[in-house]
Amino acid sequence: MIAAVPNAMPVEGFMGGLLIGLAAAIMLLGLGRIAGVSGMAARATGIADSGAPRNVAIAFVVGLPLGALLIAQTVGAVNVSFPASIWPLIIGGLLVGYGTRLGSGCTSGHGVCGLSRLSPRSVVATGMFMASGFVTVGLLRAGGWL
Amino acid sequence: MTRALIALLSGTLFGAGLAYSGMSDPARVQAFLDLFGQWDPTLAFVMGGAMLPMAVAWVIKSRLSAPLAAPTFDLPGTTKLDRPLAFGAILFGMGWGIAGLCPGPALADLAIAPGDVAPFVVAMFVGMAAQRFIPFISQKPKQAGPK
Repeated sequence: MIAAVPNAMPVEGFMGGLLIGLAAAIMLLGLGRIAGVSGMAARATGIADSGAPRNVAIAFVVGLPLGALLIAQTVGAVNVSFPASIWPLIIGGLLVGYGTRLGSGCTSGHGVCGLSRLSPRSVVATGMFMASGFVTVGLLRAGGWL
Repeated sequence: MTRALIALLSGTLFGAGLAYSGMSDPARVQAFLDLFGQWDPTLAFVMGGAMLPMAVAWVIKSRLSAPLAAPTFDLPGTTKLDRPLAFGAILFGMGWGIAGLCPGPALADLAIAPGDVAPFVVAMFVGMAAQRFIPFISQKPKQAGPK
């Protein structure tokens, strides 16, 4: 535990990060693809016509809740706390869906896969969505919404 | 069939990593972005952890002529920094900050708190579909027209 940031989980975060990196490495070396969740989700639902083969995208997307369930069943309850109102979820969801398709990726594709490859587009995208997130949450706090 | 199983394994490990690392918790992710509140740096440790296997994987990839279970590598080849990339990343960052969710954790949470995350997931797919039909900025490079 770090005194200045009492809620931090550095060890669990790092270990979980290793699992995420391993998952992305399996996708890259096994199937030759980026483990980008927004692209896979768009492909799995048929919103995107190009990308991974449909069965690959569906299997990957189905795996995400399956993996979370596995942790909940073996390690223990996974704590999540959601915004009290439905509006941040709806507005946030619309922006995340539209933005990840327009910007060709999210935290997994640009962040994990692209940064580790030092892809210029991913470095720029990750810097911009991080900056945008910091500013947005800063404004929410300044406005008294948090 | 083998390929679908590999993808299922990858997705399952990914979802397990999200849940174990605390990244499936919207409040924790939002707290990382909340520099003026009770800041939570966990997300930075997750990104650090995820970089290591991937850094090794890119080195191994450079020595392979094809992936182990597919005929060819199919990776993004564009290096152009354009407006859709920038506007998309900014809009995504706004939504990420407002809800504390990005696509991976949102889908993983369908197993943890389906009722809570459902409105986000539905809205996310609506947003994705909207981008296809209302592209906002053309994603195709401008054709050089006849002068």
